[in-house]
Amino acid sequence: MIRPDWHIVEQWITPRSRVLDLGCGDGSLMAHLIDRRQVSAVGLELDDDQVAACIEAGLNVIQEDLDSGISDWFAPMSFDFVIVSQTIQAMRHPERLLADMLSIAREGIVTFPNMGYWRNRVQLGLLGHMPFNRALPNPWYNTPNIHLCTLTDFEALCDELGLEILDRAVVDSARRESALLRTFPNWFGEHAIYRIKRRV
Amino acid sequence: MSDVAPKIATPGAADAGMNHSVGIVHPQTAIFTAPLALDCGRSLPSYTLVYETYGQLNAAGSNAVLICHALSGDHHAAGFNAETERKPGWWDSAIGPGKPIDTNRFFVVCLNNLGGCKGSTGPLSIDPATNKPYGPDFPIVTVRDWVSAQHRLMQYLGLARWVAVIGGSLGGMQVLQWSISYPDAIAHAVVIAAAPKLSAQNIAFNEVARQAIITDPEFHGGRYAEEGTLPRRGLMLARMLGHITYLSDDAMRAKFGRELRAGQVNYGFDVEFQVESYLRYQGTSFVDRFDANTYLLMTKALDYFDPAHEYGDDLSAALAPAQADFLVISFTSDWRFAPMRSREIVRALLAAGRRVSYAEIESNHGHDAFLMNIPYYHRVLAGYMANIDLTLEQSAGVL
Repeated sequence: MIRPDWHIVEQWITPRSRVLDLGCGDGSLMAHLIDRRQVSAVGLELDDDQVAACIEAGLNVIQEDLDSGISDWFAPMSFDFVIVSQTIQAMRHPERLLADMLSIAREGIVTFPNMGYWRNRVQLGLLGHMPFNRALPNPWYNTPNIHLCTLTDFEALCDELGLEILDRAVVDSARRESALLRTFPNWFGEHAIYRIKRRV
Repeated sequence: MSDVAPKIATPGAADAGMNHSVGIVHPQTAIFTAPLALDCGRSLPSYTLVYETYGQLNAAGSNAVLICHALSGDHHAAGFNAETERKPGWWDSAIGPGKPIDTNRFFVVCLNNLGGCKGSTGPLSIDPATNKPYGPDFPIVTVRDWVSAQHRLMQYLGLARWVAVIGGSLGGMQVLQWSISYPDAIAHAVVIAAAPKLSAQNIAFNEVARQAIITDPEFHGGRYAEEGTLPRRGLMLARMLGHITYLSDDAMRAKFGRELRAGQVNYGFDVEFQVESYLRYQGTSFVDRFDANTYLLMTKALDYFDPAHEYGDDLSAALAPAQADFLVISFTSDWRFAPMRSREIVRALLAAGRRVSYAEIESNHGHDAFLMNIPYYHRVLAGYMANIDLTLEQSAGVL
């Protein structure tokens, strides 16, 4: 199954580039990009089952906890793109990862569930409970998603870290793009996808 | 795997059985008469290598896998040498039909390294110059020397290259050396529970083991065979020490705890705790199957291994010639060659631009884990091996 943000990520990736996928899961995004963009890809993943799945799929994967740092593993600028897909919200120090990843790659692609999505706002603001839905499918007490943010929050952090936003896209889970989404992305974007680099 | 009844006939046959054993295997001998120049400056005028093979070489010759053994290993990696043999080869858990190193798919070769005591030329062999056993006069051999000899065996077997070279511990060091020495002759490198060089602590343990052997009064400067004796106590101590470093604190606690053999303490120096009994058993049984001079040689080969040394201690520069794809595996409770040491290898490989995967296996078995059937470990190894492409196109591209 193709996740909603993949077709946009794919469009931003240059053919035959070097790609690092942080929190690569079972490697299906890497496989997708190898297939569509002929990239050379390596992933980082902590979970045993996911690492084994990557290796079984013939993909390159390094078993590592993203929170223990990535700049140890890779030389500066050793990748064209580093992707963090649906992962930063589960990290202890997303701000460190964002800074580190742009020291090892020219561009970063970050995707995350948008806490500002209208359904989340309604659930918290009107119904008075933590968001619990398609994009955030875990109850508050047992969720990997410990650092949720909105588009506004993310853009403020990028600014603080000296990162330039090259592209932004938002989608809903059905991959629809509409005038409404484009006009009010922080209200109607269920997932956010950013292309960023270091400000020079 | 001692419950496997050694009754299967056809070695390496696809239908060798429901118990996934390669069955009965017979060691073979290759004699080399061209001198082999060694790192120490000496050379071996001629030598013999003993090896076993499992599975069938395919028509294209593209499915040959080399297994490199560790400190006390030998050529007998899988199956049984005789119907009466109770224990299978040292890595039978991973090699066989349907196992991670699947003999239905691969032609697997394992040899006893030079300096060994299981049939390949070593200290027990007759020195043609003196007509007496080499004993302590056998030249010091290095990991690079072993790989040179293994390369000659590859040619002897009519192989253009290995589709994979695989080894754990000291065997993993040989795999690294293969990728550096003969980059065209190895497509995949599987480096398990290894290190790019020994730490001071590793060398210290080796030195204590060597001193135990050398200071045994029966050692006679290594000429114990001529004296008709054996440095039993020294070799036993060396092995006991080795075994402590192969296990983790947790594994020892789980296996022995403070359990007493007689159920009570006797206030004496006889064996009282189960762990003492285990170590003494490991030590004494080792003496009957291993040569002290070989043990000294193997520990020296470990100590000297340091491919980065010639490159200003830059491991990625040392690995620059490598062309292989790599799988690196470590075990969390291995303190002899801890995960940190495997990470050094992975980082250097990434910096050298190699394709590499790394798995860190949760295990409380210490260094010994690499010989065990740990489900996640074997899933990773099997998954990697299953993806190795045996088609000729790929071979042509790499050659």
